[in-house]
Amino acid sequence: MKLNRRAFLGTTAAAAGTIAAPVVLADGHSKPRVIVVGGGAGGATAARYIAKDSKGEIDVTLIEPTRTYYTCFFSNLYLGGFKEVSDIGHTYGKLAASGVNVVHDWAVGVDRDARTVSLAGGASLPYDKLILSPGIDFVDGAVEGWDLSSQNAMPHAYKAGSQSELLKAQLVAMPEGGTFVMVAPPNPFRCPPGPYERVSMVAHFLKNNNPTAKIIVADPKPKFSKMALFQEGWANHYEGMVDWIGEDFGGGNVSVDPAAMTVSIDGEETKADVCNVIPAMKAGRIAELAGVTDGNWAPVNAADMSSKADPDIHVLGDASQQGDMPKSGFAANSQAKVCANAVRGALTESKVFPAKFSNTCWSLIAANDGVKVGATYEATPEKIAKIDGFISQTGETSDVRKATYEESEGWYTGITTDMLG
Amino acid sequence: MAAPTRIAAFVTGLVCLATSALAESGDVEAGKRVFSKCQGCHQVGEEAKHRIGPHLNGLFGRRAASHDDFRYSKSFRRAGTGGLEWHAETLDTFLENPRSMASGTRMSFRGLKDAGDRANLIAYLRTFSDDPANIPEADPTARGTDHDLEPTILALKGDPEYGEYLSGECVTCHQASGAGNGIPSIILWPEEDFVVAMHAYKKKQRKHPVMQMVAGRLGDEEIAALAAYFGQLNE
Ligand SMILES: Cc1cc2nc3c(=O)[nH]c(=O)nc-3n(C[C@H](O)[C@H](O)[C@H](O)COP(=O)(O)OP(=O)(O)OC[C@H]3O[C@@H](n4cnc5c(N)ncnc54)[C@H](O)[C@@H]3O)c2cc1C
Repeated sequence: MKLNRRAFLGTTAAAAGTIAAPVVLADGHSKPRVIVVGGGAGGATAARYIAKDSKGEIDVTLIEPTRTYYTCFFSNLYLGGFKEVSDIGHTYGKLAASGVNVVHDWAVGVDRDARTVSLAGGASLPYDKLILSPGIDFVDGAVEGWDLSSQNAMPHAYKAGSQSELLKAQLVAMPEGGTFVMVAPPNPFRCPPGPYERVSMVAHFLKNNNPTAKIIVADPKPKFSKMALFQEGWANHYEGMVDWIGEDFGGGNVSVDPAAMTVSIDGEETKADVCNVIPAMKAGRIAELAGVTDGNWAPVNAADMSSKADPDIHVLGDASQQGDMPKSGFAANSQAKVCANAVRGALTESKVFPAKFSNTCWSLIAANDGVKVGATYEATPEKIAKIDGFISQTGETSDVRKATYEESEGWYTGITTDMLG
Repeated sequence: MAAPTRIAAFVTGLVCLATSALAESGDVEAGKRVFSKCQGCHQVGEEAKHRIGPHLNGLFGRRAASHDDFRYSKSFRRAGTGGLEWHAETLDTFLENPRSMASGTRMSFRGLKDAGDRANLIAYLRTFSDDPANIPEADPTARGTDHDLEPTILALKGDPEYGEYLSGECVTCHQASGAGNGIPSIILWPEEDFVVAMHAYKKKQRKHPVMQMVAGRLGDEEIAALAAYFGQLNE
């Protein structure tokens, strides 16, 4: 099928924001081509499902610069000493063997008219559908005194891998009775319980290795995810160790000096032995370069995760602005399957089923003390809307908490297998 | 219980002696209570049928994975082909850690750590095996289907293709390979058991909050579709 591309673009522009328009294949190519940028929770899942379910009818290329993907999920457990760094690293070999063309490179530009993606290595790849799941980048100037060049002195460890190892090394090297400061991010950000699970895991490590050390959290928010559960856990397991300074007490009024290793919280200066700065976040930069962001995030249609700016681009996971789902690996994986089904339907004759989303986030507070929060969601014309949810209760028995932790282990194996084969 | 002395005739070595003695010393009544942990998946006794797991009548002396009418995991079939037979000592090892003998077993059970519990359970199961000294007499103990469902719901034929799409939500946690650690396997269940379990979550008769939430919004057709898909999934 061959149409005049310009005429075709005219029709899709008119149809922008509605469900999948008929697709014209990029010139001279018999099989439809999908490019996925970012091999994380969203991108790897989408690539795997499209390749698996289309049984060779669609060419799937995944662009991902790193050869080993370190999951942010369970990276806090690594800090706590429950995992080795090798436990959270995964390669792309199985995905490649299952028919996904894995290209280790950066996507550096998107030409939406020509429907091509350019790579740092110089190549330009055509697509019929483009899926962006680049995760997050940090907002410039979000924490006074901090920028990316300070990430060695004051790591964020909010992209896992070398940053996690760095933070762990600093934690291990902390002097006896030293101070660990966390600068927590404002909403919305990747993994709402993440900073607080991290506080728990750091406290666990310190309790066993450096019990007179202190943890200070400067938080620009008045409350946070699973707050009652975490605070109960901190009181039970780490009494007197964690000092959480919320918005009401000036937790948002923060600046840092990475050279001097000092943090100023509401005008009061503290010397930090380790300072974990988690700045405000935005969509991974390639989303902005593709012109599909509005502010910090990329708005999408809930039914198929297509960009509101371009029906041939889908945005998944943390980078997307979709409505009620938290920015989690579980959510990205769930969105990827809805997107894969829709993309396949648009490019081949396969059936498209209605979108269904769900999420559950487990957090570990101390050994065998796991908690969880979750919800189900549906697509409405406006957004991904929450239907129903649950959260662990305070005061649960240790058996329940242990089972919850064990579930999280099962989930980890499940989701990494579902992403990468 | 009266320890059948003829077991001694089969004893060929010390290890064997030790474990057989263990099984003999087990208490059948206590073993019946331990069996409650198995009842969710296995039946034993007069009217026992295969459910999620195979029935356990006539277990002793039988080769592993040898019921033609039950779909075992690949891992179990391999173990059976490799010569695994069920005796007191093999059962004792298996029950302590199921994965020790069949690493890919779909029996998502962590194992019985207590040697006494194992001995009691083995003694109990022994009463359902042919044995001149021990004729099966106990009532069927397996819990039947514990939740009533409309026959029309059970009769629904699910669409496996729709089930495959819906399964995306399940396999984030439940591995499609049937492996399970911390989260049970859900593949190759008899469709009826799957449907019953999901409706029990939907009605909040079963307790798990994630499952109540997930099942809560699935319609009857969708549950049937999932049952059909997972029921036919190959490892
Ligand atoms: C400490 C912590 C704990 C967490 N715990 C949990 C948890 O328990 N459960 C949970 O569900 N979630 C958890 N999360 C959140 C989860 O990690 C993210 O929500 C999830 O990874 C988002 O998936 P994604 O696909 O959007 O991005 P990512 O998984 O980050 O993947 C993005 C990928 O894109 C690549 N990329 C970026 N730019 C480009 C480019 N220009 N070209 C090519 N490739 C590019 C990156 O290299 C990266 O591999 C946690 C996060 C943190 C930080």
